Amino acid sequence: MTAASLSAAVRSGERSALAVVDEHLAAIEAREDQIHAFNLVTAEAARSVAAAIDQRVEAGEDPGPLAGVPIALKDNLCTRGVATTCSSRILDGWRPPYDATVVQRLADAGAVMVGKTNLDEFAMGSSTENSAFGPTRNPHDTSRVPGGSSGGSAAAVAAGFSPLALGSDTGGSIRQPAALCGVVGVKPTYGLVSRYGLIAFASSLDQIGPFATTVDDAAMVLEVIGGHDPADSTSIPRAVPPVRRHLTDGVAGLRVGVVTELSGEGIAPDVARRVNEAAEVLAAAGAEVAEASVPAAVYGLSAYYLIAPAEASSNLARYDGVRYGLRVDAATTPEMNLATRTAGFGDEVKRRIMLGTYALSAGYYDAYYGKAQKVRTLIIRDFTAAYQRFDVLLSPTSPTTAFPLGDKTADPLTMYLNDVCTIPSNLSGDPAMSVPFGTGDDGLPVGVQVLAPSLGEIDMFRTAAVLEAAAVREEVTS
Amino acid sequence: MSAPISRDEVAHVADLARLQLADDELDHFTEQLAAVLEHARDVGALDVTGVEPTAHPYPLANVFRPDEVRPTLDRDEVLTEAPSAEDAMFRVPPVLGETP
Repeated sequence: MTAASLSAAVRSGERSALAVVDEHLAAIEAREDQIHAFNLVTAEAARSVAAAIDQRVEAGEDPGPLAGVPIALKDNLCTRGVATTCSSRILDGWRPPYDATVVQRLADAGAVMVGKTNLDEFAMGSSTENSAFGPTRNPHDTSRVPGGSSGGSAAAVAAGFSPLALGSDTGGSIRQPAALCGVVGVKPTYGLVSRYGLIAFASSLDQIGPFATTVDDAAMVLEVIGGHDPADSTSIPRAVPPVRRHLTDGVAGLRVGVVTELSGEGIAPDVARRVNEAAEVLAAAGAEVAEASVPAAVYGLSAYYLIAPAEASSNLARYDGVRYGLRVDAATTPEMNLATRTAGFGDEVKRRIMLGTYALSAGYYDAYYGKAQKVRTLIIRDFTAAYQRFDVLLSPTSPTTAFPLGDKTADPLTMYLNDVCTIPSNLSGDPAMSVPFGTGDDGLPVGVQVLAPSLGEIDMFRTAAVLEAAAVREEVTS
Repeated sequence: MSAPISRDEVAHVADLARLQLADDELDHFTEQLAAVLEHARDVGALDVTGVEPTAHPYPLANVFRPDEVRPTLDRDEVLTEAPSAEDAMFRVPPVLGETP
């Protein structure tokens, strides 16, 4: 069932929130052993929150738009008093002393947290294999990865553990796992959703967003978590666009560009075919579809893998064994810092810290970090030019469908190539989302990415809704 | 073209980042970091003369608010989560090697 129908049933008193939560906890109980979507299932707390919602409904109150809807939260979102690990040993045993703004807003809207989901350590990865607590598996085929880094959140929604989840997206970490797991995943405009309480990876790129089984559910969550937050100085001081109201507007007259640079080399033929079909669907629905060019997008991957590690090396300096999490004892503080970080971080995190430290170090700053920042400007310019001709852009979300576990772990660069289509939107700060659109030759889900200019969420969601309707029709007829 | 990063440079960077690497790790990481930096050569080769750098997608400016006393995080709650605390402070081993 969708979040929209569940909350309607709970608000009207037709179903109890407790029964809804119990049903989802039972689904988790039945299959979590095979999937490992969660680092922690908060069953007891979820039941007591649900019971409180039921009491409010009985008392004639409205608990909010997400009343009684179970939601899974990526384990890099701070939850007061509830272990938050980033799937890293370095935060071992830490319970945050505050809630992230999004966590508070979800609670205020009546949503019920059922657990904290697995991720690539500190959100660094594209397969959820870099977790200190073991990999998450794709519910459609447990020999395959769910994508990453928000793989636990995507898998939780795909497996029916919760109709909703939150993830974070720094280079595609919501959209790519959404594509691989066959669910909707949204990276909103940078600054539209407060990052207060999201544990930082790369601060100029990180953005929180929803996973859902439908475009409408994703829109509903965005409207709850979005909007200005004084606690995040990069939060845009305006209200979230009313996306839900425009979901049925259709795409007649909308100008849609298929990004040529993200559709050719390196994209699997079965995925490319689905993107073409998506473009045809939009054209048939009245959109003006043409080829779009974002030439600098091809440099996005290289720029990202200098900028994101550079910011990460700075952000992750705070894990020094002094204030929270792991401490490995040693005779002096510098030795304790070294021993703690060496024992606490996994290999991918160490790789990126070193890469970032190198890119920022004297003698290399201009050649690497400085140059990457200028490439970022070029990418923004090219998008700005493209959005003068088009309202939204279209591309694959991921170059392939879900790949087998262990397939790409030996070669970091091969793993990084998964993010080639998703990274440009993080560099530009623009919104983008993945919509399930049929399957590949292997029968696994394919996601189509809809990109929009800054704060262009309404057009993005309108387009996604048309694609969703067509994809659903296809599943029904096939 | 020379390798984009040497074993000694990786050792130096690890030291700066407060990470200790065993010999075999050093070899392994040097190879992997070199591959990523090799890929980044396309950016290095790009002519970006006259292009301004972008540090952030959002036009950052100082955000001001009235200077009012407001509640902060609960001190005890924060210190409870620290690896070691004493007298309302974080406790650490000697910083300069002296005995406390």
